[in-house]
Amino acid sequence: MAEERYGTWQRWSEERLRLRAIVEFLRHKTVPIHRYSFVYYFGGITLFLFLVQVITGILLLLYYRPSADAAYESVQFIMSKVRFGWLIRSIHSWSANLMVGWVFVHMFSTFFYRAYRRPREFTWVSGALMLFLTLAFAFTGYLLPWNKLAFFATKVGTEIAGDVPLVGKYVMLLLRGGEDVTEATLSRFFGIHVAILPALATVILGIHLALVQVHGMSRPISVRAEREISFYPDFLLRDLAVWILVLALLGTLATLYPWPLGEKADPLAPAPPGIKPEWYFLFMFQTLKLLPSKIFLFEGEMVGIMAFLVGGLVLLLVPFLDVWAQREQQNRWVTTLGILAVAYLVIMTILGLALPAM
Amino acid sequence: MESAERRITRRTFLDYLLGAGLLGLAGIVLYPLTRYLIPPKVTEVTGGSVIAAKVGELAPNSGKIFPFGGKPAILINTPDGQLRAFTAVCTHLACTVQYRPDLAHIWCACHDGHYDLRGQVISGPPPRPLEEYQVTVKGDNIIVSRKG
Amino acid sequence: MRSQTFLRNSLRHSAALRALLRAILFFVLLIVGSPSPSVAQQESCVTCHQALEGRLAAPVKGMDADVHAKRGLSCSSCHGGDPKRIGMDAMDPRAGYLGTPKPSEVPAFCGRCHSDPAYMRRYNPRIRTDQVAEYRTSVHGQRLVRGDTKVATCTSCHGVHPVRAVSDPRSPVYATNIPTTCGRCHADPAYMKGYGIPTDQLAKYKRSIHGEALLQRGNRLAPACNGCHGNHGAVPPGVESVANVCSVCHSATRDLFVKSPHKVAFDRMGLPECSTCHGNHEVARPTDEMIGTGPEAFCTRCHEPGSKGLAAAQAMRASLEALKSRLAEAETLVAKAANAGVEMSDARLTLQEAQTRLIQARNVIHSFNPKQVEAVTTEGLKFAEKGVAAGKAGLAEVQFRRRGLSIALVILVGTAILLFLKAREIERQKM
Repeated sequence: MAEERYGTWQRWSEERLRLRAIVEFLRHKTVPIHRYSFVYYFGGITLFLFLVQVITGILLLLYYRPSADAAYESVQFIMSKVRFGWLIRSIHSWSANLMVGWVFVHMFSTFFYRAYRRPREFTWVSGALMLFLTLAFAFTGYLLPWNKLAFFATKVGTEIAGDVPLVGKYVMLLLRGGEDVTEATLSRFFGIHVAILPALATVILGIHLALVQVHGMSRPISVRAEREISFYPDFLLRDLAVWILVLALLGTLATLYPWPLGEKADPLAPAPPGIKPEWYFLFMFQTLKLLPSKIFLFEGEMVGIMAFLVGGLVLLLVPFLDVWAQREQQNRWVTTLGILAVAYLVIMTILGLALPAM
Repeated sequence: MESAERRITRRTFLDYLLGAGLLGLAGIVLYPLTRYLIPPKVTEVTGGSVIAAKVGELAPNSGKIFPFGGKPAILINTPDGQLRAFTAVCTHLACTVQYRPDLAHIWCACHDGHYDLRGQVISGPPPRPLEEYQVTVKGDNIIVSRKG
Repeated sequence: MRSQTFLRNSLRHSAALRALLRAILFFVLLIVGSPSPSVAQQESCVTCHQALEGRLAAPVKGMDADVHAKRGLSCSSCHGGDPKRIGMDAMDPRAGYLGTPKPSEVPAFCGRCHSDPAYMRRYNPRIRTDQVAEYRTSVHGQRLVRGDTKVATCTSCHGVHPVRAVSDPRSPVYATNIPTTCGRCHADPAYMKGYGIPTDQLAKYKRSIHGEALLQRGNRLAPACNGCHGNHGAVPPGVESVANVCSVCHSATRDLFVKSPHKVAFDRMGLPECSTCHGNHEVARPTDEMIGTGPEAFCTRCHEPGSKGLAAAQAMRASLEALKSRLAEAETLVAKAANAGVEMSDARLTLQEAQTRLIQARNVIHSFNPKQVEAVTTEGLKFAEKGVAAGKAGLAEVQFRRRGLSIALVILVGTAILLFLKAREIERQKM
């Protein structure tokens, strides 16, 4: 009797939702197990951190007020008066930073194992777009508490955008919503942070995840799988376990090292000495600082920014540029290039942290 | 047979534990979330303003200290019934000032600093006048905000 | 037009040509009986003195910034003479020409207008007209009468050509410039030789709390030399008037002091009131060490060990210290909780109240009545206690968070392990 009803329900839902195909697909999907299998968790961790951002972000929206005289106070209010507000806000900040870091880790592991080769080119491209989105999320979100450090870091950051040749001035004007960083910038950044970027992220993340599911896990070149486990439930259970551990890490960081709010921004005050952008933009900041003021006939900053734009484009097109990987070959030069990129990012970031800003 | 039975018990035990764990997980995630959703009691209208008092709470020729932006502020009702608000931090040594009905002006007890009903220094050691705030009466509330 | 400008510019650059031009101008002015209307407006004093050099030209150069000139007065308004006449003829004593007053004549010279209320009212209805009268009572004024021309007269302090308004920050008697202006003479040992008074007042004043307030922080309400000595009637305040002088600002302290047993004792011993402990030119920021029986305490200077007075001093100091230590304890707790991420702004407000009581108690010391001091510190202690409680509550909140975290961690890590085990088991079953 019960079985029959279950059958009816299944038939009823199948007729309307066509879920069986998905369930069947997931049941037959397998994950290869080999000594590099741990990298398969990296994307999942990034996804989890993103979900944490979405949930805590929505929660923060309940009390946050995006205006120059209320933003700082509302975050203060969240942290002091709202029960567990300190936790939500602190997790949002910590998770944001971990996410930016982890996106890079995920990207480089994908790169070094050539997971972008045929047929996964567009998985990579969508992933690279997500990297840009993540940085945009971080950049816009950083200003929202309207504290002194964020205010001046945003000033510096948007100034850098202003150095892009030809369109720079307009980009800066568009970003700032005026000539200078003001309340208008706060409104814009808020809108970008909670509406535009989430909309874009949903679409691109959807494509990214769908492609990952369709193509399954990539096996690194010349690595033989010891065995395979099914994606559902075996791999998913492990994934879930890792997620829970990440949540534990987030809770610990948020409780023991609450993210500070700092002082309220005063647009009229002089910039405090030693203003630096957040650590994930330090490599750009440091590079632009180290460049000479003139390179041939061009301004050093402009050349640097052009180089970053070209770098971004190269990153986006990696699967199409690495023709060896398409032939299932590991080119040593591509690997070297990747290592150089990592070394460059790490060294510049460390230099940026260690050297005084002015 | 016995080993199979043991395996089954072990499995069910694991399942029970896992169920309890997931339940606990739901608890520790949902508890802070629901507590967070319950709005706390508020006195602030916007970031730069605060409800200092209710209309009628302050008789003419009296004053009231209230917190504003983490610092004490003073709301006074002048003898002729005008509401004014100032920072209550004396400009001399940062003591909290008070309203003196007998003198009909603001006074700092620490070193006998006197301020008039506009916050200007009358006498005593204070070097600067008290910063004045904006007072708005909206419905039943006396709202004090920073002057723009 | 342009060539004229060019000519004028090039002339200006040549000293020889300038001298020549001056000579020609002088002659032209002498020969031409009736000067052109513009020259007449300019007055002959200016026309001639402008063309002269050094000391004789200086008054004209300074007149642009002069407050008198700005109000429409001219050279002859003070120095007499007839500016309509040309050359030396303008300085005819019969036309009321006075020339440069001797130092001993300066007060009367300025006083012709400045002591005339009816005249001064036309320019500034609020201006004082008693400066010369006051000056005559000052040490400067009295010595001047006796023939000492080294003393300060009006122009010594206010300057001359230009005489700037007192409200002009460039005036030597603008609030923040007064100490250096007085110091020009009083801090110069060579100049002050023979007067038998010290010359370290300016240096001491600069180190004092008043000097710091005026010169470092630019608080124009802080007393400069004239705040205590008076300006036009400058004399050192006498023993009996010290407290009155200080109480112009420090009224609360004075009110307490006059009711205290010290008032009677100081009067009897002929001690000045405030400055006995606080000094005069070098009034320092008072410390709590000044009261009590310690090495820096002032009380032991007069009071014998074991006397009632020292017991009172000790009691007052103890009250202060009790409040201070409790307040420090509360501040540490609150800071600790705040550092751990708990919002403590309400607690800080309470501590601010305790701090207010502490500052108040320091003032009440001047009653020299331990009970009065204790009354204030007890009130302060109540706030400090509240602060301690708030700090402890804050730290309890930190503990609550950490306990919550440890429970959560047990559940999270436990569940993660269980999930791994479950996954392994499912796999094993399949094999």
